[in-house]
Amino acid sequence: MTPAIELIGIDKRFGSVHANKDVSLAIATGSIHGIIGENGAGKSTLMSILFGFYQADAGEIRVKGKPVKIRSSSDAIALGIGMVHQHFMLVEPFTVLENVVLGAEGGRLIGPALVKARAELVRLAKDYELEVDPDAIVGELPVGLQQRVEILKALFRGAETLILDEPTGVLTPDEADHLFRILRTLTDQGKTVILITHKLREIIAITDHVSVMRRGEVVATRKTMETDVMELAELMVGRRVLMHVEKGPATPGETVLEVKNLTWKDRKGIARVDNVSFSVRKGEIVGIAGVSGNGQSELLDVIAGITRPASGQVIFEGKDIGILGDPRHVRAEGLAHVPEDRQHRGLIGSFDAAESAILGWHHLDSLGKGYRLDRDKVIARAKSEMEEFDVRPPDPLLKSSKFSGGNQQKLIIAREIKSDPDLLIVGQPTRGVDIGAIEYIHKRIIQLRDEGKAVLLVSVELDEIRSMSDRILVMFAGRVMGERGPDATERELGLLMAGVAQDAA
Amino acid sequence: MMQTRGELPNWVDVGLIPLINLCVALIASGLVVLIIGENPFEAMWIMVQGSLGSLKGWGYMLYYATNFVFTGLAVAVAFHAGLFNIGGEGQAYMAGVGAATVGLGLDWLPWPILLPLAILASMAMGAFWAWIPGVLQAKRGSHIVITTIMFNFIAASLVGYIINYGFRPVGKMAVESREITGAYILSAREVAREYFGVKIASSPLNFSVFLALIAAWAVWYLLWRTKLGYEIRALGANPAAAVYAGIRADRIIIIAMTISGALAGLMAVNEILGVQHRLLLGYVGGAGFVGIAVALMGRSHPIGILLAAMLFGLLYQGGSELSFAKPEINRDMVVVIQGLVILFMGAFEYAFRPALSALFFPLGGEDNQ
Repeated sequence: MTPAIELIGIDKRFGSVHANKDVSLAIATGSIHGIIGENGAGKSTLMSILFGFYQADAGEIRVKGKPVKIRSSSDAIALGIGMVHQHFMLVEPFTVLENVVLGAEGGRLIGPALVKARAELVRLAKDYELEVDPDAIVGELPVGLQQRVEILKALFRGAETLILDEPTGVLTPDEADHLFRILRTLTDQGKTVILITHKLREIIAITDHVSVMRRGEVVATRKTMETDVMELAELMVGRRVLMHVEKGPATPGETVLEVKNLTWKDRKGIARVDNVSFSVRKGEIVGIAGVSGNGQSELLDVIAGITRPASGQVIFEGKDIGILGDPRHVRAEGLAHVPEDRQHRGLIGSFDAAESAILGWHHLDSLGKGYRLDRDKVIARAKSEMEEFDVRPPDPLLKSSKFSGGNQQKLIIAREIKSDPDLLIVGQPTRGVDIGAIEYIHKRIIQLRDEGKAVLLVSVELDEIRSMSDRILVMFAGRVMGERGPDATERELGLLMAGVAQDAA
Repeated sequence: MMQTRGELPNWVDVGLIPLINLCVALIASGLVVLIIGENPFEAMWIMVQGSLGSLKGWGYMLYYATNFVFTGLAVAVAFHAGLFNIGGEGQAYMAGVGAATVGLGLDWLPWPILLPLAILASMAMGAFWAWIPGVLQAKRGSHIVITTIMFNFIAASLVGYIINYGFRPVGKMAVESREITGAYILSAREVAREYFGVKIASSPLNFSVFLALIAAWAVWYLLWRTKLGYEIRALGANPAAAVYAGIRADRIIIIAMTISGALAGLMAVNEILGVQHRLLLGYVGGAGFVGIAVALMGRSHPIGILLAAMLFGLLYQGGSELSFAKPEINRDMVVVIQGLVILFMGAFEYAFRPALSALFFPLGGEDNQ
């Protein structure tokens, strides 16, 4: 059988960066083909070439055996290739129907297209279990359904091959399962799916074939049945990975942070953090697990002083810092904060690394007396931090946005750890970070704990929580569902994350 | 998803692109001159000759440039905080009231005390006129563009009223104050005559030009060498990160606007204390708006602003020479030419960027060092 898509000898350079090196790949019709690799391995570039965003410097693309030239995304769509982006390309105030039609109206009047699309949506919903209310406003739909709209958009345009870029990053486990069922239905009906991800479990769970990319090359293609997580992880990084973090037992001391009956409400008055109480002691890492969006981010913001609680207390070393509502004062008390969203909060892309490396601590006297900011001291500080934390390239004058995700995160971690905090609160320390950097970041956090400092870790990666934490709290719908030890089983934590309480919290 | 290209080297960004924009603006202006039936090369020669060909031309060019440095710096400081202060016009106009009030009201003081006070009063009034929109933005979320432009109109009427009923001597027909005799900034011509015994051509150039250089240095120092400047730039570049860092947005907005207004207010020092020696109607004459173009072209950096201000000074001085030498090209045509330069420098800032990117990165990729 002719493969649905064939890539032969695709080569692409961006200046000095060789993003794709002689990549060859065949995607069998009616299969789910996974492409896995670390950030920057060239997965997205390859798919962008297939979808017409970039032109390859060399190589050939064949669709159903025929050589084709794909110069733009409309060429790709005409050839039956659809793409679901990681960040959805939807018009939020529009209805589902309007979004599906967008760009395919086929005339000056919108009416006839909408009528046709409605009928088509009904058919697609029936064929592929893709039920969405056509008249719902997209912005009001949960993320899982929004993604379904993206899939519908592609199918509506006659996609035979569907590319999904990191589709589960934004989904709850339930939604992800549903997505996988949909993908299975699609392939059963003869469609082809290309799944780009860096999550090994998904590859094992859903794909038929898997190709591993590393530094722009396809290093291996395997039948999923014939491989396993360990082999794939090894192929991805090119060496054996420590799947478990090495750490000794915790020796907790006195309580540093005590959160008492903390509640935080959003603008609509809904309690996103609902009567939460817990404490963190010196010399231990407390992990907060939970599906993204269950109040963890809001909890971190309140503790860091970015928002003020509606009620309750945040007691840090005997002082109620919740009422301060000021990150600067909270820092002055000895609390450091690695934010969840490093791009938007942790650093300033247009600043050079040295300036990003003092964000939040820029008022310190060690960086210049009084109102002055001593440029030499700023650079010297960044330089020593970059060397110690192996930030590459170790150039304090390079713009922050030019560093890779892992190195940006190291820069932030360095800044916060070197401020010598009594308590470090960390949100998603390794999200979008390559495996090498993950190991290093984990090591540094544990080192901080061993020095007798307290750490509060929030992560949606259950593996990370389980391997790092000395105690685990699980949040669901703004509440703490329960506390477990580090030896808790995945199933036990999973139930708590799903809101099934086994004990009174 | 956009096709991403690498960032252009710095010299292209701050040198080549403005140069190309300037050339295109000159070509477009040349076409306009051609349509009127004049020789564009001759017209350009008259403009260059009129501003750079004589000491007098230089004097006028630098005098105009002084105004534009102040208003350009004002726009730049606000811009670094993420605020678009288009109220420089009104702030500079209100500043004149400050200068005249002190200059006339306290004229029994000796000039070494009076002059600094008058300069401070100019800055204070300009600052006050920007402080109000700043507070409205910080505390009430009123958009700074709307409020500052409205404050231009308020200032235009208010200053007219104040001159007419507060400053105009009884019996004087012209709507202007009596002469400010104490707070006096010597013109270049007077300095040359009194201290060097040299006679030079008359021009409005005065000591304020040094104030402009000091202001440019001070803005650079503020933005890149102080903690306040760091906070201003952080807020402008990434408000979410600024909040995370404990930088209070409302406070920085108000401070940045106040500084911005004070800088715009310095324009009144050049014009009222340096040249006119009296408070009169409409002396700002669009300098506040030119400041926006100057700041855009100068990339909101003091060095760039100094250069851009000189270019606009050249256009202003050369333009008046041109309308004098060529009656066909009247004053309005000169404004058209200036407008074209502003259009290509400001609004079309990004027009040639994609083409240049393609030239520098033929593979269409990001050069990650």
